[in-house]
Amino acid sequence: MTASLSIQSVTQRYGTALALDAVSLDIAAGEFVVLLGPSGCGKTTLLNLIGGFAEPVSGRILIGGKDMAGVAPAQRPTTTVFQDYALFPHMTLADNVGFGLRMRGVARPERRAKAEEMLALVGLPGKALRRPHELSGGQRQRVALARALAVAPDVLLLDEPLGALDLKLRRAMQDELKEIQRRVGTTFVHVTHDQEEAMAVADRIVVMNAGKIADVGPPREVYLSPKSLFSAAFMGEINQIAVRDGQSALGALVPGTGTLLIRPEAIGLNGALPLGLCRVEDVAFFGTHVRAHVTPLKAPGTRLTVHLAQTLSVEPGAVLDLAATDHLMLEEE
Amino acid sequence: MRLLSWAYLAAAYAFVFLPVVVLVVFSFQDGRLPVPPFQGFSLQWYDKILGNGALMTALWHSALVAFVSSALALVMGFLAAHALARVRLPGSVLLRGLLIAPMTVSYLIIALGLLTTFNQAGISLSLWTAGIGHVVINLPLCFAIAYAAMGDHQKNAERAARDLGATEAQVLWHVSAPMLAPALAAAFFLSVTFSWDEFIIAFLLTRFDVTLPVEIWSMLRSGLSPATNAVGSLVFLVSVSAVVLMEIFLFRRPK
Ligand SMILES: Nc1ncnc2c1ncn2[C@@H]1O[C@H](COP(=O)(O)OP(=O)(O)OP(=O)(O)O)[C@@H](O)[C@H]1O
Ligand SMILES: [Mg+2]
Repeated sequence: MTASLSIQSVTQRYGTALALDAVSLDIAAGEFVVLLGPSGCGKTTLLNLIGGFAEPVSGRILIGGKDMAGVAPAQRPTTTVFQDYALFPHMTLADNVGFGLRMRGVARPERRAKAEEMLALVGLPGKALRRPHELSGGQRQRVALARALAVAPDVLLLDEPLGALDLKLRRAMQDELKEIQRRVGTTFVHVTHDQEEAMAVADRIVVMNAGKIADVGPPREVYLSPKSLFSAAFMGEINQIAVRDGQSALGALVPGTGTLLIRPEAIGLNGALPLGLCRVEDVAFFGTHVRAHVTPLKAPGTRLTVHLAQTLSVEPGAVLDLAATDHLMLEEE
Repeated sequence: MRLLSWAYLAAAYAFVFLPVVVLVVFSFQDGRLPVPPFQGFSLQWYDKILGNGALMTALWHSALVAFVSSALALVMGFLAAHALARVRLPGSVLLRGLLIAPMTVSYLIIALGLLTTFNQAGISLSLWTAGIGHVVINLPLCFAIAYAAMGDHQKNAERAARDLGATEAQVLWHVSAPMLAPALAAAFFLSVTFSWDEFIIAFLLTRFDVTLPVEIWSMLRSGLSPATNAVGSLVFLVSVSAVVLMEIFLFRRPK
């Protein structure tokens, strides 16, 4: 039903290109882990290695403590929800969901009962005799999930499962996904390049970049105290201010050398770190906040993005005295 | 201009179908010769051929050869297409070319080649050898149709099936073949029609048991008769039925 997963220094190459560069990651049983990163960073490659669709050039993958080298996908305690669903178009939903059990020699009535149960779990009760082409994208996604869960895998792999859905449906499905994962307790490894989706579902986010892990941690940690400039920027908008020996374009803000990082929502009229007078360049109302670009009077070449309180009405050209409530200093430049 | 194009269309259809119409009309000739003038309607020639044992045996042989050879060609073509579409082998382009190559060779050459081979190997001619000849001509067709129909869609579904625990044979049986059913049905019915009225290979590779076209040919040697028209009409009817069945399977299939 659930198992831990250990990825030990896994490297994968396509020709001379390095798709994964000595990636190591330990995932606890029952954990919901999200692999997050830009296109081409190796997320699918890693998922394929876990699922057994490819073998790594070097390194080991252990599921529940067992080495998976040379074990075919059919024999691994993993199943996959593919991005394009890959449902069987010629079968009913019941047959789709029951397919894995059929391959395991389970009798028809039992299969049918299990399929009904799984379809109900994903919110499609009473649709057992429909065919995939009669469903909407979101419903197909649910069927793919039910099919993968029906065989009670230890580890469920999801490759951008919500990628093809519109934004609203995606937000609704991600909540459901989290809920289903809580109920079944299976280890989920979920791939996405949408950081909001990642934060909504993950126990732990793994930020990847160019075949390497750039950061790992719970959403709050990865967002608020990222360990690299890459993950800081990938998790959401952030202001970067170069600091050299305690000096920056905005004057002496923090000691040390590196990059000062401030999230737009950490900047406001009050705060522990004064940024000085800033001229408002442009303003846009975003509903939950007012997003503005400002230029510090001290540093005309610097532009900061700030999220101001919804209630604050400012016009371009106004000068505000801004400060940051929260900031982070990274040694990287 | 419009009129001219309609006239052209009519002429084209007449050119294609007139021989068939003439063939069918004179199979009902109430007289000894299948030539104008039309002397009246009669079913006597149909009665005659249906009572002709040799002809009916040949008809049965043709059906047997057509179905068995087409089934074999389909299975082999499908498996070859599946393998070449899924597995990246060195030289798979060459293999693909070799599989399609017989399409470009004339039936006469294929028949002569097989005849020499069977003689050398000491295999005596029979319906089996004619059937093998038909597999040779239909395999490239089945392969090409099946190969063209295999897309990423199938590939992903097969991957999912494997992921859910299916063996390769189960993947083929439960997923690949059903998903390709329309294309496979088309390939099968086309093969059946090709085998059904194929003459040269059947003529050169059979001896005592012969297929229908060969039997018709020997009937023709004893001169024209409305009976041959009647047989021809029956052969045509069967071919048309196969094509119609194919249309139903391939194009009337609700999405
Ligand atoms: N079959 C392949 N042959 C050659 N190169 C490949 C192959 N599959 C992936 N790559 C390369 O490996 C790298 C990682 O690819 P991968 O598919 O894992 O990216 P990804 O993170 O899943 O991206 P996306 O978000 O676009 O799906 C890419 O640079 C890609 O070009
Ligand atoms: Mg991918």
